Amino acid sequence: MYTTELQKNAQVQNLEDPAKLEAFEARVAADEFIEPKDWMPEAYRRTLTRQISQHAHSEIVGMLPEGNWISRAPSLRRKAILLAKVQDEAGHGLYLYSAAETLGTSRQEMIEALHSGKAKYSTIFNYPTLTWADIGAIGWLVDGAAIMNQVPLQRTSYGPYARAMVRVCKEESFHQRQGYEIMMAMCAGTADQKRMAQDALNRWWWPSLMMFGPTDDNSPNTAQSMRWRIKRDTNDELRQKFVDITVPQADALGLTVPDPQVKWNEAKGGYDFGEVDWEEFYAVVKGEGPVAKERMKARREAWEKGAWVREAAAAYAEKLAAREAA
Amino acid sequence: MPSLPPIRPEDEEVALKTRPGGAFDAPVDEEHRATLFEMLLRLGDDSLILGQRLGEWCGHAPSVEVDLSLANIALDLIGQATHFLNLAGEIEGRGRDGDALAFHRDVLDFRNCLLVEQPNGDFAQTMARQLLFSAWQKRLFDQLAASSDERVAAIAAKAVKEVAYHEELAAEWVIRLGDGTDESRARMADGLDWMWRFVPELFELDEAAADANGRGLWPDVDLLRTGYDARLQTVLAEATLDAPKPQRPILGGRRGHHSEHLGHLIAVMQFLPRTYPDAVW
Repeated sequence: MYTTELQKNAQVQNLEDPAKLEAFEARVAADEFIEPKDWMPEAYRRTLTRQISQHAHSEIVGMLPEGNWISRAPSLRRKAILLAKVQDEAGHGLYLYSAAETLGTSRQEMIEALHSGKAKYSTIFNYPTLTWADIGAIGWLVDGAAIMNQVPLQRTSYGPYARAMVRVCKEESFHQRQGYEIMMAMCAGTADQKRMAQDALNRWWWPSLMMFGPTDDNSPNTAQSMRWRIKRDTNDELRQKFVDITVPQADALGLTVPDPQVKWNEAKGGYDFGEVDWEEFYAVVKGEGPVAKERMKARREAWEKGAWVREAAAAYAEKLAAREAA
Repeated sequence: MPSLPPIRPEDEEVALKTRPGGAFDAPVDEEHRATLFEMLLRLGDDSLILGQRLGEWCGHAPSVEVDLSLANIALDLIGQATHFLNLAGEIEGRGRDGDALAFHRDVLDFRNCLLVEQPNGDFAQTMARQLLFSAWQKRLFDQLAASSDERVAAIAAKAVKEVAYHEELAAEWVIRLGDGTDESRARMADGLDWMWRFVPELFELDEAAADANGRGLWPDVDLLRTGYDARLQTVLAEATLDAPKPQRPILGGRRGHHSEHLGHLIAVMQFLPRTYPDAVW
C-alpha cells in the first residue's frame, strides 16, 4: 500500500545555509542517494518523515479491511494467501517506520500522531470490505495503484526509503496478482460471484483513482518534491498510467468500469476518463470516510489494550539488563 | 524347480523391523484406514481451529511485531491443516478434500482438542494457549516424524520446524509477561488458569489413540507427557509463575463434544462455502 501526499504544508522556508543547500541539491540532481547522517534541508526531512510515516500508517490501517476477511476466507488456500499478504503488510509497516525513524522521529511519536488524527493514512482504507470480491478488488486495484506509485520510489532520493521500496514492490506485485486471480475465479464463477465482482469494482474504482492524490494543479508540494526526487512522477501522470493498464484488465474479466466517460483516445495513446469526485476525496482526507471512525477506533483500541503488554516487555527487558549487569 | 538360496540372517533382521502389515504394500485394511483417517482429522482440526483463532488477532495485536508473529503462526497452522486434511480426504476415499472437510462439517464431526477452540481472551490468554498447545505439538510431531505412515511422517518432519518456533515464541512471551509487571503477571496467571483444564485431553489415550499407537500411527502418550511436563516446569520457573492448581479435566473434543465456542467459530469460517455451495473460489 502507498499513500500520496495528503497534507498541504506551509511554504518551504528558505533559512538554510545556501552553500550546503546548493551542494545537497547538486547531489540530488545527480541522482545520488541521501543517507541518514548526511546534511539535508529541514523541509526535506519534514516532507519525507510525513510521507514515509503516512505510508507506514497506511500499511498498518490497511491490515484492518483485509483482516476483516481472514476468518471468512472461502478456502484453505485463500486463507493462507490472505494471511501471508497481511503479514507482508505488517512487515512493510515495520520497515517504513524504521526508515522514517532514521530521520529523527520515533515510532511512538508517529503512532501517537496517527491516533490523534494529526497524521494521515491512505484514504482508500476508509472504505468497507463487504464481500469476498472486495479482497480481490483490493489486491487488483488498490495494490495495483500502490505499485504504480511505488515503482518510481525505488529511485527516490532518500536511501533508506528507496531500499525499503525495493522489497515492498516485490511483495506488492504478488499481492496485485493474487487479487486479480481472485477476480478471475469469481468472474468465471456463478452469477452470485460475478455480481459480487462487479459490485466490488463499482465501489473500489473511484477510491482507487483517488489514491494518486489531488490533480497536479491542486498539489502544492509536487514541484518541490519532484525537484528533491522525493517524487518522480506527478499524481496525474500516475493516475493516467493506472487507468491505461487497468481498463483492459477489467475488459478481460468481463467487468465494466463504472465510468461512462472511459474511452480510448488514439491521439494521446491513453484512455480518457471522468473526473474524480474531489469533494468526496477531501472529505475522506479530513477523516469523514465511510468507515474512518471504525478504523481509528480499532487502531486506538489495539494500542490501548496492548499497553500493558508493551509495558511488561519493557519491564522484563530492564530486569534482564540489570541481571546481566550484576 | 531350482532351489532358492537360504534367507540370510541379516535380511531376516531387516524384515522383522518393518512396520506391522509387512514389508510389502499389503492391502490396507478398513480398520487401519479408519484409524488413520481419525488421527488425521485430529491433527488437521487442531491446526485449523487454532489457525482460525490466531487470525482473529489480525490488526488488533499490541504491536506490529506481535501482529506479524501471530499471523505467521496462523499461516503455518493453516498450511499444516491443509496437508493433514487433504491426506485425510485421500485416505477416506470418498471424494472429500481438505476444503470439503474444513468447510462442510458441523461441530459433532470436528475432532480438535478443546484447548485450541478456546477464545483468544487477552494476549496473555492467547500465549498461555499457544505454549500449552505448541509444547505438546512439538513433542508429538517429533515422534510422528517416525510414523509408520510415511506421508504423515513427511508432514510432521516439515511442520516440526515451524512448531519449534511457535513453542519458543510462546515460551518467551510467557516468561516476559510472568516476570514483567504486576499486571502482566496477574494476567499471565489467569490465562494459564483458564487453559489448564484442557491440558489432560492432549494426553488422553482413548480407543482410537490406543489403536493408532498399536499401528505405529500415534506415539506413547506417557512419553510425550514426561517431556511436556519438564518443558512447562522450566518455562514457568523462568516466568516466576506457579503452575495452576490441578483442575478436573474437561474432555470430549476428540469425540465431537466441544465447548460452545466452536459452533460460533465454524459458523464464521464456513459462511461463504455454505451460502454458495456451487461456487469455486
